[in-house]
Amino acid sequence: MTAGAIYGLMAEFETPTELVEAAKGAYAAGYRKMDTYTPYPLEEAAEAIGAHHNRVSLVVLVGAMLGMIGGYSLEYWVSAVAYPINVGGKPFHSWPAFIPVTFECAILGACLAAVFGMLALNGLPQPYHPVFNSPNFVRASRDRFFLCIESQDPRFSPSDTRKLLESYKPEEITEVPY
Amino acid sequence: MAAPDILPPKGVRPPIIGPGQTFGTITDRIAGIVLTKHTPIFWVMIVAIAAALFGMLQTAVGYLLVKGTGIWGITIPIGWGFAIVNFVWWIGIGHAGTLISAILLLFKQTWRTSINRFAEAMTIFAVMQAGLFPLIHTGRPWLAAYWLFPIPNTMGVWPQFRSPLIWDVFAVSTYFTASFLFWGIGLIPDFATLRDSAKTLVVRRIYGMLAMGWRGSAKHWNRYETAYMLLAGLCTPLVLSVHSVVSLDFAVSVVPGWHTTFFPPYFVAGAIYSGFAMVLMLAIPFRYLYGMQDFITLRHLQNCGKLMLATGQIVAYSYGMEMFIGWYSQDKYELAMVNNRLHGPYSFYYYMLILCNILIPQSLWFNSVRSSPWKLFLVSVVVNTGMWLERFVIVVMSLQRDFIPSSWGMYWFTKWDMMIFIGTMGFFTLLFFIFIRLMPAISIFEMRTLSPQAKVKE
Repeated sequence: MTAGAIYGLMAEFETPTELVEAAKGAYAAGYRKMDTYTPYPLEEAAEAIGAHHNRVSLVVLVGAMLGMIGGYSLEYWVSAVAYPINVGGKPFHSWPAFIPVTFECAILGACLAAVFGMLALNGLPQPYHPVFNSPNFVRASRDRFFLCIESQDPRFSPSDTRKLLESYKPEEITEVPY
Repeated sequence: MAAPDILPPKGVRPPIIGPGQTFGTITDRIAGIVLTKHTPIFWVMIVAIAAALFGMLQTAVGYLLVKGTGIWGITIPIGWGFAIVNFVWWIGIGHAGTLISAILLLFKQTWRTSINRFAEAMTIFAVMQAGLFPLIHTGRPWLAAYWLFPIPNTMGVWPQFRSPLIWDVFAVSTYFTASFLFWGIGLIPDFATLRDSAKTLVVRRIYGMLAMGWRGSAKHWNRYETAYMLLAGLCTPLVLSVHSVVSLDFAVSVVPGWHTTFFPPYFVAGAIYSGFAMVLMLAIPFRYLYGMQDFITLRHLQNCGKLMLATGQIVAYSYGMEMFIGWYSQDKYELAMVNNRLHGPYSFYYYMLILCNILIPQSLWFNSVRSSPWKLFLVSVVVNTGMWLERFVIVVMSLQRDFIPSSWGMYWFTKWDMMIFIGTMGFFTLLFFIFIRLMPAISIFEMRTLSPQAKVKE
């Protein structure tokens, strides 16, 4: 099989410690296009492959700002422009009374941005992904830890990469077809 | 069924997860409830009863829509009856879920992990029941859309944004949406587990669609964790704001007994109090029926008991303060309100409230009560009864006798009031048990992090 025909090489580990060690080793060897697959969030694994920065917070901030501005503008427009009613002599633009709804709208915008922003940045929903072709991959959502070095990486070579992964004594190494 | 609860020796706290649990056993035990073909007989019985009560709710609401709110006991001056009492009670119950998921997460209370999922579900279902009441108390819910929300209409009328009632609409709907998102984001990795453990193709496809292609990638987990923490941070002020806004529905008015500034913290404490009581009322039967004593241990029950005790003390302080402020104001209407509570026609309810919310929960000071599931269950039932009475006392007793004796009145509920109230309990139970059957009631991926093998060794 040529290098282009496979998605990558997948190594399966039994413990998180072994996985992180292998991921660090692969990163030190210069591999960048790789990913780990774990049954629960493993901060060390993300750090090992250099993926511990993300832009979710920025998306959430934008969501909160949009919610805040949207909520307040709506209240201002309704109360002072579209339907001005004198309530107890208060000004039409009675801003202190508008704060609770502005706050709720900011939270709403931020929460929607957090969830849908996270999904969008992750490229989900994604019905098909090559890693699911790996025969034992169902255990990635159960009790096994996987490291996949992708064939797109410039340093990838079926034999050398396999040798590197083998040096970390995984349970199994499989080729992941597209 | 797992082993019965064994209390550890004095001075040792029970563990937060039973001994000998591995990634595999955690996954199998929790996913097993969902993926089995065998539906337990108690589940069928509970759902049958709950569905019957739900049917009663539909009947009562159907009749209400035909006849109007005149079938209820509300009159002038008591225009807010069961509908508002039940609304506040249910929304209060809905507070513990987000408190457990968000605030306890930020405080790194890992014991929350085994109860957060179903507490979140409880929140969503409780807020659904709460939301029903403002909708049907309009009598014409098909018109309520433009009364409650700013929806453009040919009459050119808009909601009044200076009114706490409209703040309430925004607070409750935001709370529902945020709780739903929090619950949903937590379920994605667990749906992936169910997809990968499913035995039949149909089940695999259904959970596969719900999992949206989750594969546990480190890059995904990284963004996921950020989003989850941010949601927790956002939901913390949100959960405190919701019941504060609910309390402003009362506090902004000038009615004696309502017109106080300490209503927001008082209401929030009461909400968390009743919420934890409801968590225990669900957790204790759940762990017993499904043999989940290894995952929901005595430690969880004890901690919930402690939180109930703490919030119960704040509630007790608030009752005292309510009386004190009435006296301290030396306002004759406020004084009359205090007198009405102690000696008026509804004073029985007030004394029952003190018994249920202050006196009986003092038993939680004793470790023997906190460590006995059935005693805790009984205290929780008492507390939730008391919290319902609290709202009854606040809503009815203040409206019953305001400034002019000629406009005083009495309020008694009708059978339709009762049918709707009991019906929402059935609806809530129905939703909850359907949830237990179809979705993992304990967060599987978070439970894995509690296993001793989960840590990376240096």
